[in-house]
Amino acid sequence: MIELVGLTKRYGDKLAVDRLTFTVRPGMVTGFLGPNGAGKSTTMRMMLDLDNPTAGDVRIDGKHYRQLRDPLKHIGALLDAKAMHGGRSAYNHLLCLAQSNGIPTSRVSEVLDTVGLSSVAKKRSKGFSLGMGQRLGIAGALLGDPEILMFDEPVNGLDPEGIHWIRHLMKNLAGQGRTVFVSSHLMSEMALTADHLVIIGQGKLMADTSMAEFIAQNSWSGVRVRTPDHERMREALASAGHTALVAPDGALEVDGANTAQLGELAARHQVVLHELSPQQASLEEAFMQLTAESVEYHAHTGPAGAYPGGAGAPYGGAAPGAVPPGAVPPGAVPPGGSGYPPRAYPPQGPPPGQPSGPGQRGQADQPGQGGQQGGWGADWQRKKGS
Amino acid sequence: MAVATQVLRSEWTKIRSVQSTGWTLALALVVTVALSMLLSALNKKEYGDMSPHEKLEFDPTLISFAGIGLGQLALIVFGVLVVSNEYSTGMIRTSLAAVPQRMTFLASKISVSTLLAFVAGLVISFASFYAGQAMLGEHKASIGDSGVLWAMIGSALYMTLITMFAMGVTAMLRSPMVSLGILMPFFFLISNILGNVPATEKVGRYLPDQAGSRIMQVVRTDDDAPYGPWGGLAIMAAWVAAALIGGALALKKRDA
Repeated sequence: MIELVGLTKRYGDKLAVDRLTFTVRPGMVTGFLGPNGAGKSTTMRMMLDLDNPTAGDVRIDGKHYRQLRDPLKHIGALLDAKAMHGGRSAYNHLLCLAQSNGIPTSRVSEVLDTVGLSSVAKKRSKGFSLGMGQRLGIAGALLGDPEILMFDEPVNGLDPEGIHWIRHLMKNLAGQGRTVFVSSHLMSEMALTADHLVIIGQGKLMADTSMAEFIAQNSWSGVRVRTPDHERMREALASAGHTALVAPDGALEVDGANTAQLGELAARHQVVLHELSPQQASLEEAFMQLTAESVEYHAHTGPAGAYPGGAGAPYGGAAPGAVPPGAVPPGAVPPGGSGYPPRAYPPQGPPPGQPSGPGQRGQADQPGQGGQQGGWGADWQRKKGS
Repeated sequence: MAVATQVLRSEWTKIRSVQSTGWTLALALVVTVALSMLLSALNKKEYGDMSPHEKLEFDPTLISFAGIGLGQLALIVFGVLVVSNEYSTGMIRTSLAAVPQRMTFLASKISVSTLLAFVAGLVISFASFYAGQAMLGEHKASIGDSGVLWAMIGSALYMTLITMFAMGVTAMLRSPMVSLGILMPFFFLISNILGNVPATEKVGRYLPDQAGSRIMQVVRTDDDAPYGPWGGLAIMAAWVAAALIGGALALKKRDA
């Protein structure tokens, strides 16, 4: 168990980590999520007593890191893949770590075997690829057979096979009752591995919730309807108690409905439909929305103020103008998906550069459920709904 | 203490598993012995032309250590690299995560490197002495002569202290380039200039290498400094202590 209480780190006048308080519990994978520069690595370094907190406290099983006798037997960490002397062989790198914590030498060969580096054990790590370096770092974390494991962006630089391997490894470790704390800037990655989520943005805690709860609260689904008979469809929807929103291309977006309901509704009112498609907001979008104000480095791909309607924020809950429409925070693009425009549109604004095509926004790894009250879809609806 | 033993073993593994250890120490040996032999041979040739006073002050032991002035630069590189490679490679974060007791970590690293430097210093000092005496022919000194054995051990101590000084300075500066950029010109040029220009001589002889190198003399000269051979070595040790304390304070406070 790792406990953070009011953990703060200030560099000059920049607050890198701002009063973080949360607990990392055993028996599950806790995802530590935030955009680049959110303070994830700084937080992890403070957990290991590498950086001194400006204020606040971190305790590992109730103790300060410095008080741990043989810390590698309590907590193993992968910070960055290249935190090793390139001129030293993989075996000797692990050997010096093992010796410093009184870990039997035989463990070195064991962990090299676990991570699949036995064949290059005597090779100097200078010649290792990023993925091999990452594996060696993980071997170092596993060396003391610790109850707590910490990985900073472990899938960086790994090939698909390696990514698959590390996901399995983390789940196995958590399944054995260990505490697994893993940072990432990819929501999609976390959705596959984490049981619990801690989200930070600009050093501040944004969410501390279970993955299931986060999915329940943040998945949005609705139906996109395109019809030449706009007015009648809106009346029909209103009479059936649905709220509709006009997308920039003139289509209607209906919250919390399914295609069967709306198809039947249209048939009853004899409205011609050109399109009727289910829509889902991905967790990635929810994450982006949550951290939109705090993204430190924006990619400005479109001209600012592309929404002259003045309707404000492209993301429901974000501060107005925090991210220009069409701009996707770096690293926040889900795998396989092209950067799609944000979900919310101003009521009657002109079309933006990118039309939101059907079938582009669904995330396969996410249970589709109706728009929940209190979920972000509903929140967005309240703010923007006509 | 058990932790200290573990960390000492770990540091020994670290130091023996990188190539820079071997080549810096080998270079120190080769450079020192070769230069000592050359200067001993030249001194033998010139002995006949020396004044009676110069002959009186002729110190075959000191001459056979003449190469240390250059060879010590390789030892400084050794000391700098032992500490700085932790920082330049990022290994320091892994090291301190494994040993969060930073003072134990630094003390162990410096102890292991110091012991190795002392052993290397003894080898260099003995090799340099015998190679130099072989060149001096009939003017040579013998290990049995008064003060010679102590001068040999003292030379090894001098080389050890110079290495420790480099480690302390590097622990403060962390970067290998900055550390070498300061230490190399200082010991190769600046210290010699300060020690030999009359205006600065009085200050210069309190510099670590000027004070410490007195231990290599067997024959007393008449322009003696206000300290003896062991006093000089103590002055050098004080410099080393200051550098190491500075390095320890820097490590204790800073983010890794």
